[in-house]
Amino acid sequence: MSKTKNNKAWFLVLPVFALVAFSAIIPLMTVVNYSLQDIFDASTRYFVGIEWYQMILNDSRLQDSLLRQFIFSGCVLLIEIPLGILVALMMPKAGKWSVVCLLVLSLPLLVPLNVVGTIWQIFGRADIGLFGWALNSLGIDYNYAANPMDAWFTVLLMDVWHWTSLIALLSFSGLRAIPDAYYQAASIDRASNWAIFRFIQLPKLKSVLLIGVLLRFMDSFMIYTEPFVLTGGGPGNSTTFLSQSLTKMAIGQFDIGPAGAFSIIYFLIILLVSWLFYTAMTHNDNK
Amino acid sequence: MAEIQLKGLAHSYNKHAENPEYAIRQMDHIWKDGGAYALLGPSGCGKSTLLNIISGLLASSEGEVLFDGVRVNDIPPQERNIAQVFQFPVVYDTMTVFDNLAFPLRNMKTSESKILTKVGEIAKILELTTVLNKKAANLTADEKQKVSMGRGLVRDDVSAILFDEPLTVIDPQLKWKLRRKLKQIQEKFKITMVYVTHDQLEASTFADKIALMYEGQVVQFGTPRELFEYPNHTFVGYFIGSPGMNLMAVQRCEQGLIFGDTVFTLNKYEQQCLDDSDSHNVKLGIRPEFVHVWDKPNGEAHLSEVEFVEDLGTYKIISLKFEGQTIKARLQEDQKVPHGQVYISFPEQWLMLYIDEYLVAKDGTYE
Repeated sequence: MSKTKNNKAWFLVLPVFALVAFSAIIPLMTVVNYSLQDIFDASTRYFVGIEWYQMILNDSRLQDSLLRQFIFSGCVLLIEIPLGILVALMMPKAGKWSVVCLLVLSLPLLVPLNVVGTIWQIFGRADIGLFGWALNSLGIDYNYAANPMDAWFTVLLMDVWHWTSLIALLSFSGLRAIPDAYYQAASIDRASNWAIFRFIQLPKLKSVLLIGVLLRFMDSFMIYTEPFVLTGGGPGNSTTFLSQSLTKMAIGQFDIGPAGAFSIIYFLIILLVSWLFYTAMTHNDNK
Repeated sequence: MAEIQLKGLAHSYNKHAENPEYAIRQMDHIWKDGGAYALLGPSGCGKSTLLNIISGLLASSEGEVLFDGVRVNDIPPQERNIAQVFQFPVVYDTMTVFDNLAFPLRNMKTSESKILTKVGEIAKILELTTVLNKKAANLTADEKQKVSMGRGLVRDDVSAILFDEPLTVIDPQLKWKLRRKLKQIQEKFKITMVYVTHDQLEASTFADKIALMYEGQVVQFGTPRELFEYPNHTFVGYFIGSPGMNLMAVQRCEQGLIFGDTVFTLNKYEQQCLDDSDSHNVKLGIRPEFVHVWDKPNGEAHLSEVEFVEDLGTYKIISLKFEGQTIKARLQEDQKVPHGQVYISFPEQWLMLYIDEYLVAKDGTYE
């Protein structure tokens, strides 16, 4: 029996296609377009091929920025994922206190990004900020505006404060989904607490953690607002991450061509690393 | 190997409430060493609760659990030398089948060489040898359930295995295979096995003796045949057999009992018991298998009307209107399907008397 082909169906898809093209494909292609040309005005433009790309890749400032970005995202993942799981494991399983914990954990997620930056900018100041004042009172010479290490520490701490909740909430929901029979079987098998974590909880958390890792990687790799408000990228360039360099280039200096090439490279890096994470975390599934 | 004894056991999930609701009501019961037992009952009758109390996953609110005469109430499940298989297969997804089976042994610090032989032996019995190196996550449901069972069997110290409806998620054609495997293992190792199920067929094929639970109590404990022929309680009559026992709510009368216009006489002992009791809850029960159906009037037979006939393939169940109540009868294989009016008789031997829902035994042993 052969299937009847009905090409009318294409017309039904057309509105969606038009919408997606208008909102995503065409803007993206515009960026590709900018990245391949040098444009002076509407009638004066030159095709430059991959020159902008070469320029961007060889720009040492941007290389530094990229390195910083990787270190930052790496630190974020290394701290937030284990910490989030730990928080989820320690939370009360049910009842009033469980609800209280969930509410408290959700709070940081509800604060707008620039407000988070402002909170920490004031919180960390030695003169009027509680955190900065406390550290300095303890004899620690802390000044995030002048000392690159302090600036890094503050930016990281701010991100941990803001986003660990996300991992904790994801993990908590994942833990709640594990049927009791697993714990009962493990207890009958005389499994230690560590073995229960390693062989029951962690494997069952894998799918939510995959989402958590991808979200945190992408978000932290694209971080802009919070360090911009907190340190403005300084002191020096010590907390200037990729998106800030990009903004400076595209909007500050109006170098549309290089910024276009930069955007494409930026996008591809995120895509590649996300794919690596995804593959690494799922490749063992079907053996 | 162990004998499991329950002494004055009762359990309530809300024992601090003013009127605690009991999931298990006052119960004394013994599971002898090395037996294959089924714990049968409808959903919510307390079978899983009872099982979890035995394994120690749940602490009973009253009474004692004794293993070989030793009180184990305060011993945690991991020290009770008991294995439990759950409704849904529990496997450690990231481990191979071998590691799954070795897991309880490794937790007990058994030497690797011993683990190798022991796991090999159990895998062979359970027919898991070919998948030993496969990840447990990629097994089929019945293989996973075999792995869960295997984790109980590898341990030398296991004296009883408890099964909580273990075949629920298994395909029907594999069910009987796995059940037979279980039975073989039971016969081979002589481990006490308690098998919880709500399926009477499963219970009677697996167990030597069935404990039938109803509303938190064991209402009858006996062989499948005993449960079928002499249901101790009207619920046993109703629950065991397909369809269940015909029950007629009867009134007392001078000659014995009367149902509609039909008079039933009792034997001497039954009559005595009836006279001793002042209950008005008196019932007569007979299994559809024992109801005789005749085409023509026949001595003791009573007139009744055919309502409909169900053809169940190998046999037929006929529903009859008798004194205003539906009575079911199982037709003999070679019997012609009757229409309209027929005559039915109830062989005295199979007509059971129930006072307050409990059986009055014919031979005088009032159970």
